[in-house]
Amino acid sequence: MIKTDILIIGAGPTGLFTVFEAGLLKLKCHLIDALPQPGGQCAEIYPKKPIYDIPAFPEILAGDLVNNLMEQIKPFEPGFTLGERAEDIEKLEDGSFIVTTNKGTKHHAPIVAIAGGLGSFEPRKPPIPNLANYEDRGVTYMIKDPEKYRGKHVLIAGGGDSALDWSIFLADVAEEVTLVHRRNEFRGALDSVDKVKELKNLGKINLITPAEIVEVAGEEKLESVLIRKNDEAKEEIRLGVDYFIPLFGLSPKLGPIANWGLEIEKNAIKVDNSLDYQTNIPGIYAIGDVNTYPGKLKLILCGFHEATLMCQSAYQRIFPDKKYVMKYTTVGGVTGFDGSKKQAPKAVVKAIN
Amino acid sequence: MEKEVNITIIDREGESHAIQAPTDMAMNLMEVVRSYELAPEGTIGVCGGMAMCASCQCYVMTKHDLPEMQMDEEAMLAEAFYTKDNSRLGCQIQITPELEGLKIELAPES
Repeated sequence: MIKTDILIIGAGPTGLFTVFEAGLLKLKCHLIDALPQPGGQCAEIYPKKPIYDIPAFPEILAGDLVNNLMEQIKPFEPGFTLGERAEDIEKLEDGSFIVTTNKGTKHHAPIVAIAGGLGSFEPRKPPIPNLANYEDRGVTYMIKDPEKYRGKHVLIAGGGDSALDWSIFLADVAEEVTLVHRRNEFRGALDSVDKVKELKNLGKINLITPAEIVEVAGEEKLESVLIRKNDEAKEEIRLGVDYFIPLFGLSPKLGPIANWGLEIEKNAIKVDNSLDYQTNIPGIYAIGDVNTYPGKLKLILCGFHEATLMCQSAYQRIFPDKKYVMKYTTVGGVTGFDGSKKQAPKAVVKAIN
Repeated sequence: MEKEVNITIIDREGESHAIQAPTDMAMNLMEVVRSYELAPEGTIGVCGGMAMCASCQCYVMTKHDLPEMQMDEEAMLAEAFYTKDNSRLGCQIQITPELEGLKIELAPES
């Protein structure tokens, strides 16, 4: 069981900055995120895109924003449960919570801060009839253990980086790799595209474009797929495969959080914006893009503000009897849990003779 | 000069909406759909308009001269589902006076 003061669901910019504000109050944080890396949308969707409305940063790349936040919160030693989705929440008698992920990891905290953005990122599933029936029986949307494909016939569909990179990787592992894409053009790093071309010429990747998978078939498990060419002839190819891996990117879904008994409006969690961004369940807060209130704006800078106020409220909730006055970091410095201390240099008082 | 254009938008339930969209607000089609709440929040414009999610895919049903597709949009549509020959991303179509009478249908959520 992982224990912490504030359990943050979502490791996007808002969730990350919460660690800093909580740290100033000597509260420890742990973050859960469905993605394998911190940063949320900034890292997953648009790391190379510039953002222009972060105060005091005339321009910053989304990926750099995440790196900076990670650096800023490092002294507060946040814990991470990555690649797992928060699934269930249970309120204990003492008012604290246990949050369990889809992989069964349990987290215990008096405060839960949902900073889930648009939700957890789930693989986008192509609309092929009966596809769901073959999930985990030959159809998979993520490659976890490449060894599973050794000596097998593998079909990958998609035209982005992950489709290219996995085709290249599996070309050396699988008995046969077929890559199917709707267009002749691929969108990926130049060297990945070149490498696939090279492997195709060597006969190590069977490239079928422009085409798409229209049917999956098999008795107990996936045995074959029907590929339809997108050209004039609309030629159909039945291909025997052991595995079909559609790689069409990820899209965010609110997911299990929607069933936690929280008040939801327009796919977002309603919070009290006049006070502390608490939800209808005391002890559970929602901050950043995941919440809604009159006049809500889904901006990173608004998430930072919400995180800051939320931490003050969380502190009062954990220590109802303690008196606390907000301190400027310029005055109080930043004392990390790792023993580090940052402080403004003291002025010198010295006579000049 | 008239600052609004008339656009017909068929939502994902098949209902048709005749709406006015401003040409002087630097809005795009995706934002117009959101401003009229013709699709639930969180199901359209997920990436915010960077041509990176295809949640604003629509089918253009009239013969309007639309801005040419850029590489971003083309690549995204190549990976999107339910695409047709007249598929476009709403976020890449700015509202201009030339769009008067445009009719589009929102593609299914995916």
